[in-house]
Parts: sequence; structure tokens; C-alpha cells
Amino acid sequence: MTENLEKIASDYKEMHDTVTRRMIICAGTGCIANGSLKLYDALLKETKQAGINVSVELKTEDHSKKSLLSKSGCQGFCQMGPLLSIEPDGILYCRAHAADAAEIVEKTLKNNEVIDRLVYKNPTDGSHCRGTNDIPFYTRQRRTVLKACGHVDPEDIREYIYHDGYKAAQKAYTEMTDETVCKEILDSGLRGRGGGGFPTGLKWDLTRKVQGDKKYVICNADEGDPGAFMDRSVMEGNPHSVIEGMMIAARGIGADEGYIYVRAEYPLAVKRMRKAIDDAEKLGILGNNIFGSGKNFILHVMEGAGAFVCGEETALMASIEGNRGMPRPKPPFPAQSGLWGKPTVINNVETLASVPMIILKGAGNYRSVGTEKSPGTKTFAVTGHVANTGLIEVPFGTTLREIIFDIGGGVLNSKGEVDNDCFKAVQIGGPSGGCLTAEHLDLPIDFDSLRSAGAMVGSGGLVVMNKNTCMVSVARFFMQFTQNESCGKCTPCREGTKQMLALLDDIMAGRATEETLDLLEETAKTVQKASLCGLGKTAPNPVLSTLRYFRDEYLAHVRDKTCPTGQCKALAKPEIDPILCRGCTACARKCPVGAITGTVKQPHSIDPTKCIKCGACAAACKFGAVKGIAPRA
Amino acid sequence: MTEKKTLFIDGKEVEIENERNILELCRKAGIDIPTFCYQPELSIYGACRLCLVEIEGRGILSSCSTPPEAGLKIKTNTDEIRKLRRMTMELLLASHPQDCLKCGKSTHCKLQEIARKVGVKEIRYKHSVKDLPVDDSSYSLIRDPAKCILCGNCVRMCAEVQGIGAVNFANRGSNSVVITAFGKDMAKTECVNCGQCAAVCPTGALQIKSEIDETMKDINNPEKITVVQMAPAVRVAIAEEFGLPPGIDSTKKIVAALKKIGVDYVYDTNFTADMTIVEEATEFVHRLQNGGTFPMFTSCCPAWIKYAETYYPSLLNNISSCRSPQGMFGAVVRKAMPGLTGKDNKDIVSISIMPCTAKKFEARRDQFIHDGKAEIDHVLTTQELAEMLKSAGINLVEMDDVDLDMPLGMYTGAGVIFGVTGGVMEAVLRFAAEKIGGIKNAIEFKNVRGEEGIREAEVELNGRTFKLAVVHGLANAGKVAQEVVDGTCKYDLIEVMACPMGCVGGAGQPVSEGLVKKKLRAQGLYNADEHCALRKSQENTAVYEVYEKYFEGGPATHAAHENLHTTYVARPKTDLELDMNRTAKDAVRVELNLSGENMRKGVENLMGDVFAKIRENGLQQQTKVVVTFGHTGDDPMVTVAGKTVEPEADKVVEAIKAVK
Repeated sequence: MTENLEKIASDYKEMHDTVTRRMIICAGTGCIANGSLKLYDALLKETKQAGINVSVELKTEDHSKKSLLSKSGCQGFCQMGPLLSIEPDGILYCRAHAADAAEIVEKTLKNNEVIDRLVYKNPTDGSHCRGTNDIPFYTRQRRTVLKACGHVDPEDIREYIYHDGYKAAQKAYTEMTDETVCKEILDSGLRGRGGGGFPTGLKWDLTRKVQGDKKYVICNADEGDPGAFMDRSVMEGNPHSVIEGMMIAARGIGADEGYIYVRAEYPLAVKRMRKAIDDAEKLGILGNNIFGSGKNFILHVMEGAGAFVCGEETALMASIEGNRGMPRPKPPFPAQSGLWGKPTVINNVETLASVPMIILKGAGNYRSVGTEKSPGTKTFAVTGHVANTGLIEVPFGTTLREIIFDIGGGVLNSKGEVDNDCFKAVQIGGPSGGCLTAEHLDLPIDFDSLRSAGAMVGSGGLVVMNKNTCMVSVARFFMQFTQNESCGKCTPCREGTKQMLALLDDIMAGRATEETLDLLEETAKTVQKASLCGLGKTAPNPVLSTLRYFRDEYLAHVRDKTCPTGQCKALAKPEIDPILCRGCTACARKCPVGAITGTVKQPHSIDPTKCIKCGACAAACKFGAVKGIAPRA
Repeated sequence: MTEKKTLFIDGKEVEIENERNILELCRKAGIDIPTFCYQPELSIYGACRLCLVEIEGRGILSSCSTPPEAGLKIKTNTDEIRKLRRMTMELLLASHPQDCLKCGKSTHCKLQEIARKVGVKEIRYKHSVKDLPVDDSSYSLIRDPAKCILCGNCVRMCAEVQGIGAVNFANRGSNSVVITAFGKDMAKTECVNCGQCAAVCPTGALQIKSEIDETMKDINNPEKITVVQMAPAVRVAIAEEFGLPPGIDSTKKIVAALKKIGVDYVYDTNFTADMTIVEEATEFVHRLQNGGTFPMFTSCCPAWIKYAETYYPSLLNNISSCRSPQGMFGAVVRKAMPGLTGKDNKDIVSISIMPCTAKKFEARRDQFIHDGKAEIDHVLTTQELAEMLKSAGINLVEMDDVDLDMPLGMYTGAGVIFGVTGGVMEAVLRFAAEKIGGIKNAIEFKNVRGEEGIREAEVELNGRTFKLAVVHGLANAGKVAQEVVDGTCKYDLIEVMACPMGCVGGAGQPVSEGLVKKKLRAQGLYNADEHCALRKSQENTAVYEVYEKYFEGGPATHAAHENLHTTYVARPKTDLELDMNRTAKDAVRVELNLSGENMRKGVENLMGDVFAKIRENGLQQQTKVVVTFGHTGDDPMVTVAGKTVEPEADKVVEAIKAVK
């Protein structure tokens, strides 16, 4: 039987009211790697030395006024980490290290001064931004799923409950029926955030209707797309929202057992999920007779088997069952025959974390954000040639322009400066996604618009690329990934991705002809249509979308045997433009093989027989005189 | 009456009956959809992607994994599907050795067949073949993993039908391979040599090890006398290789063909099948009268024997100690032939022709080799015999009938049905009904016939009811054996044959998909039985003559025990597990959990330590070690009898002792 949530919340409020100031250190994986835990220790030491009353944990018996030093999950602006928020001052310190602790204590905590050096400086106008209320990266976002990440202490269940946590589960178990739970989710229009975009409510309702004495709920937390880390952030930053979502799913379909299948490479997420489950069990939120409903739900955390394909739902279930993680054909769908042959709902982390607020605030409220067919918000992991990288959340219907230029702060050129004219393409949806171009910048993003443009929402990876990016190399990069990660079961994926990679290598090495492009395209379409599972069916997307939007670049590789960006080493023909060259000798001094000759103040030249195409000359030249090769420092 | 459900295949209305999938339905409609990985008797795998069809409103789907639904409109041969199939084949061939002319599977190869069917004319991709060594360690099989197209048929056959799992997948993507545990040689694994993997292999990746050359060399050697025994199932299948339907009894044509290529004596394993009945029934009665071990298992099937030796060593006393008919014939040849031919045994070459690949292994068991000389020199499968005849330019079906040589070619109908599941049991019953029950004319016991994996029957003899079981498929045998271990088995006598439908479905037979042909062969044997003038083993007078002359006058004599019985040995699955007794009923269960997290903690070293300590303390017979992979991280790392134990070998041993 569950303990009284209102009591827990009011007790917590009482404790929290004693806090006059709260310092929240981002303890997401990125900030930890940058030293945020050292900052935590240093702040603790410095505040104590300064005689400030600081607690790291709220205790019921302690009624004194105090500051609270806590750790949060990922705050999103990873590039600027370690991050330190100070509330209620509304300050966000970026790249704050242990060495800054004394100054922070002295100036900010004691004298309420903002340290300019540590706040975010807007690269476009050089203005100082105090915190999330004026940093464009944050102001243009709409954080709902990620809202609590970065604010709450993920390891304190009481704080989650204080913020209305488990109220939705309580409602689902005490006031709703399985049917109304499913209907609410169906009405909300929530679609699966794992990539497919299948209506979650429909999936639940199908599973609900299947007769069965035993059903399972699985949380797919085997986030594998390179560069995507929203699921990890949610698990690290707000693990209880995932548990609550799963409880509601279990209520909706009639399951009494669940698995969270977490990527084994996410040790912190595993630890926090396990702790969250333990805490929820201790309060009777998980276990038997939940909220006095007579219903039970137990939850296990299982670490992934270390293969990308285990994120595919049937492979994931095989892996839980202790078998090799290989997909099987559908039908039967998991709703009919899932884990151990029982009806099973399997949802992604972000999907499940969206569920509590839908139940609590209603489907109508959820639909007020996003587009008609894709309601709600979506997280994206923004990376690449963009000023602000990190984890963002925007309503569906937001355009790429807003994401890249406003939230992302613009495109970076090869020198690392913001230069929006440099924009070339954006790859959306990870290895299963596709590349879009400038013509798509004003496309409102949702599941369907991206699919028709040849990309996909996927897990929400978003890689911005500038004009120095070779699109053939980009396609090859993703092909290499899917080729490595193919499980090897079905012929088109196993053999097709291998041959596509070989064909791309041919193109990049100048061994290809226009027929190669035709064969590449034909192979890609075969793999897309004939493969067994989603991995194979989407693996050709990067190739097909680049062939569609950047065919000229492919043609240059095969017809003219040149790489327009100079990225493909084998095709690079480095030469020095005698008109631009000032004879400064910088290139000659950098050349590791002595291939560049020339006298001072006279145009230099490159001996192609000696040149190893390393690109050091192009990087050294201040006048852009080295052509035909991409600069490499 | 319910309305008929139909769907449309290429515009033609087809009724849905109990078809498992659209592929079966297409076949019923006369359209043979190409596939490598669909096998009617195995689970649906959906990997080769050759069987794609287009379903209106749903797109392109694999027909093997799509259940039929009323009203579907299916197209099987659109331009797009033709293109997809052709390119999929092209992709497969680009990674396949293109040395067909040298491959033993050539002309019987499904890869060749389908490549032709889908019209592959060029391979536009880079040809790259995996550089993997050939494993010819087994007496029965050759595994050439470079030729594997990863259809998974062998993996599923071994695991699902035979309950073993001697091979499985390893690695990912284009590096995927089918491999034995720890990559060990086949001969050093739990493989029981049944060869069913090879029977479902579409390429030359798994082939039967050929003994044709050695055999022909001896036949062609004028110094040598060659003596052939031929197993019952061979005669009803070999004609398939010469274009005739299954089930035709070709005994006399085989004799003619063998004589034509120079074999001196052609005898019949049916002879020793009859002898087996006499010997085994005597053993059964002896066990009854002397409080022997029950239930008793039959011992004719060498794959079953190795399976039991590997998985159920505690049951070896339950297995009849009688040699298999092949084994008995080996002994009889060595006893009788010197006298009949005037030659020394060293010049007598004993050749057996079997439907079975495991018989090759059986012939090399230590028990059948004396002073380095094997009783049986060569074991050929039905397939090899056909190939050998073809290589000699002989068309079997054109042969005149020639009778078997006597006396070792004499047999009864009871011997003939040894080749089909239930046949040994029925032969036993024909003997026992008369000898124990005093019933003279009991011949056909149809309740032990059939195709169910485990069949039960009862027979009342002399006031006592005997419970019988007939099992085919080793996964089924495992179920019954486990019941014996658990003490829940209610049978007295259990017949086991490893292969589907028994020896007629042996892996040495011409390749046949599913049970259809196998059932026809079985019927062929029952027909042959009906045509026999003598149908009970006890009526085979030649058997008693041989007993009289060479085995001190009868069954269960000292000489019979010396020559017609054998012994069994407990075998490890792989070197890793050596002598852990995996099946003792009261064994303490030790579970080592190799989850991702545990792996990092070095549990694999622990595994070796635990094995060593258990052995050091002599606890092998009382311990069952189970290694689990990728379990939930919630579970403890090491448990002994369900209780968590610190992950140290000493603690584990302590805990085992505490439970004991």
C-alpha cells in the first residue's frame, strides 16, 4: 500500500521553505566529465569556510534557514559546462570550475554580485546573459519533458513528489480505468519518440484489448544513435518521470511487471534508475496494492547487451530473454506476442516521461503545443558546426531555422566563427535519418514533414554541417556505423550495407563511375525495401537523401574525380593560387614533407609528387590561397 | 458451416485452410516462392528475404512471416519483387566463394538453384569471401563456414528439433558467422553427428563427409573381399536420386548395382535388426526378472547414444547395452566372413550403407575398434551410394533385380521397419507378444506408428501392462529423459530415433524438405514389411544359425555379450564443463550470471575457478553449474541453490557443501 503522497509533498515543502538559496550543480555525464563534481566539493568547502550555513540534504528536523547545494541531471547546455544555477537569483554560471568556487562564494553568495566572467556571453552581440531567462539557447526552447532535469535532485524522490510527482499515477490507479487511461493518451495524440512515431495510445489500446494473464511494459532506454543523449538525460535527471510513465502504461494495458532496458554504457543512468526504483518501492509506489488499487507493478532494470540493434524492439525483447539480440519478423507484434510471448508494450524513455503530464493535465492541454498530427514537444541533441551545442526541447512545428540559428546560435565556419551563409546541410535522425538542405530551413518539423523530405525525427539527433563538409563522407560515416551495427541476420542489411560502404569508398577514392552511383542507389533501395527490421530499412537514408539533394557533389566525385570540399584525400588536388598567395612562407613552414617551395613574397607552389595531402598548408594559409584541399590543423 | 476464407494470389482466389503463412499458401496455389531460411518443421526466421511478396495496402513483406488473412491481394512476381530478389541474390553471391565446380554441393545446391531461378546474370559488387578455415574434424560432417549464407537453418534445426544447439551465431553484421561453442572443432563439441544441420543447409557450408574414394579403392583392390550391409531406410529413398518418387523398394536393384561395381557380398542390416530384437528382448526380460534398471531405452540410434552420453550420463544404465544393428553386423562379419570366404579378416572390407551420418561416428567408437582395426571400414550414406553409382556410370533404376546374398541377407518384416519411428518398438512387440504373451498372430501394432514426436502406447502381456513410448527428435528424447531423471517417467520401454520420422528422415538420405517425402518412405517400409513372408524376428532362422555357429548358441550367452553388446561413456559438452553432472535429480544448482556488469567484474575468471574448486572437492556429481548470459542486473551474480553467495570459488564450494 502506497504512502500518502500529499503528506510527503507537504513535509518536503516545509523543509524546502527553509532554503533561502539553492545552488544546483549539473551532474549530468557531460558536466561531470568537465569537473562539475570537483566544483561541488570546492563550493562545499568554500561555503563552510565562509561561514555560510549550507546543507546538501534536506532533513525534517532541521528548521534553520540555509542554502542548499544540490546536484541535478543534465541542464542541456553541455557545451558550456560545468553549469551552476543559483536560485532564486536566476543566475547560470557557465564553465564554472573548482578554481572559481572561492570567487563565487565571495561575490555571489555573500555580496549578491554576478560574476560577468562566468555568465554566458551572447556571441552575436557580446551581451552578458544572467541566466536561463535571457540566454537565447534557453528562452527559445519549450522544456516540458526536460523541465525538471536540471532543477530537481534526481536522487530525491521527495522532491519529485513535491513537484506533483506520482499524482498522475495515483489518478490513473484510483480514478481511471484501463480504458480511460488508454483513451486519454490516444486523445493526446502522443507519438512514439523512439523514431517511428507510432501513436502511443493506439499501441496501448491494442495491447489492452489482447487477453492475457500476464503482460509486460518495457522502457526502451537502449539509446544508440551517435550523438543522441536525451534518454540518458531524462533517466539521469528525472528518473521518476520514467517510472511514473511506465506505471501508467501498466495501468492502461493491465501489466504487473516491467523492464527498463538501459544501455550498459550509461552507468549513471543505470544507477539513478535503480535508486529511483528502490525509493519508489520503499514508499509503496511500486510493488503490491499500488495506491490501494489492489494492482501490482514491479520493475526491473536490465543493462543492454551493447549492440545498437538491441534498440529494435524485437531484438531488445530477445536480449531480455537472454538470447542473442536479433530482430524477428513482425507480425506477431509485441502487443500480441512480446516478451516471453506475452502481450507487451514497449515505449521509448521520452515517450514514457511525457505520459504523467498528459494524465495530470489532460489530453487537451497536451495538444495545445505542437502540430495537429504531432502534438507536444521533441528533444533534439544539437551538434556539429553550430555555436551552441547541447540538448534542447522545442514544440513540433518549430522550423530548422529557429533551431539552428536562434537556439543553436548560428552556423560556424571552418574557422569557428558564426557565419550563417556557411550553412550547407543538417542531418536529422541519426544513422537512420537523412540530410536536409537550406531549402528545408523553414520546414516546420514533425514526424510526417521530415519523413516526406527523406529524413526522420528518429531519436532526435541533429547534426549541423557547414559548406566545408563533404556529403559523400557524411553518407559514408553513417553507412560505416550501420554496417558495423547490423546484426547480420537478414541478407539485404548484412550484405547490402557492406557493399554500399564499399561503393562509397570507391566513390571517395576516385575508383567509381556514374554506374557506381546507379548501383549504389539501386542497392540502397533494395536494402530499404527488403530488410527485416527498422535498422536495415532506414540504414540507406543518409545515402538516399544525400544522393537526392547533393547529387552534383557525388557526380563531381565520379565524373570529375574531385571532391568539391577537398575532404576526400584521395581526390584532393592541392594547389596554391598564385594571385592570392602573398609569399608569406607559412604553408611551407608547416608542410611536414617539404612539398612546398617558393621564395619570400613570391607565390609558392606544391610538388604533387611529394605532397601527402595532409591539409596543413590550407590550415596555415591566412589568405585562402591553398585550394583543392580541406584545411586540417 | 463456416464460410470459406479466401485471398487472392496473383489474381487467383485461393482458399485459406490451416496454412501457417502466405508462403505455404502460395505453394498450395502452385507458386514456388524462393526461400533459404523457411523450413516447414522449424520456427519462422525471416532472414533471407527471398520470399518477398507484395500485399495490396501493406507493401512488400516476407511471405514466410505473414499469416494469411481473408481478402488479401497478393502479388508474387511483380517487376519490383523480381528486382529485389535478384539483387538480394546478387548480394549473397558477392560474398560467396564462386568455386562451384569444386564444391560437393554443386548441382544439389539451393543457392545455385535460386540464383538461376531469379535470373542473376552478373555480380556487380566486389567479390569478398570470408577467410575462414574448413572444419573437417568430425567423422560425419564437413563445415565450411565461408560458404555459409547465414540462413540459420542449422542453428534452428540443432536447437529446436534436436534440443542441442551445437552451433549458433557469433559476431555482427557482415562478420556474422555460425560457429560452435568457443569456436571449437565440431568433433570436440556436443554435436551428435545426426547431420540434420547439413540436411537443411542450402549451400555447401555443411556437407556430409564423403568416404566414396576410400571405399572404391577397396572395391577395386583384387586382394580385398568387400562385404556390404545396407540399412532398411536406404532402399526406400535412393531411387529419388535417380528421379523416382520416394517409398519405392529398390533393394534388389541396389544389390545389382553394387555387384556391378565390384562388391563381393551384399547383405542386409535387417538381418542384425532381427538379431537386435532377439538380443534386446532377451535383455528386457532379463531386466524384468532381475530387478534391472527401468525404463529401458533402445540403443539403435548413434546420435541418441551420444546425446545421452553428453546430456544424461546418469541414464546410461537405462539404455539397452545391445549394439545397434550396424554394430552387430560389424561383429557378425568378422566372425562369419573368414569362414565363408576363406580370407583373413585383414583382407575383408566391411562397408555399411546407411541413411545416417552418425553411423560414421558410431563405426569409429573405441568399442568397435580392436588393436587399431575397425570392425567396419567404411560407412557410406544413401547420398554417397547414389553418387558412387553415378560416378561409375550406373543408373540404378535400369538395373535388373538381383537377390541379396545369404545367409546374412535373410530378414523379416520386423527388421525392415527398423528404419521408421516406431518400427523398433513394433518389432519388439511382435517378438514379445509371442514369447512373453503367448500370442501367436500379433503382427501389426499400429498404435506405435505415426508422426507425433512423443507417442505412447500400452500393451498387456501375460497379465502385466507395459507402458511404451516412441520418440523421434532429440528435443523430444530430452523431455522423456528429463522425466526419468525427475522420477516422473511412467514408461517401461522407450524407443528413440534422433531424426524426424526416424531413419527414413536421416541426414544421409536424399535431401527432402519437411515431412512429406519422409512419410512416403516410411510407408514404403511398411509396404515392404507387408510383402515379407516372415514378419517376426524370431522367424529369422538364419539369425539362430549364426547364434549357433558363432555366439555359443543363443542370445545372452557370454559370446553374445562379448560381441553383440557394448558400453557407453559419459562425455563432456565441451572442455569447459568436463565432468559436471548436469542432470542428477538432487544436484545443487550453482548459477553464474554473466551480465554486462558482472563481465566487467571478471566473472569469467570466476567461472574457471569455480569449476576447478568443485572438481578439487569431488563435488562434480552433486553439482549442476548453469551459466546465464545477459540476465537482469538486479539478479545476484552467483547463487547456490537459489541463495546469493559471494563471488568467490571457496564460498561457492562452502555453500554447496552446506546444502549437501
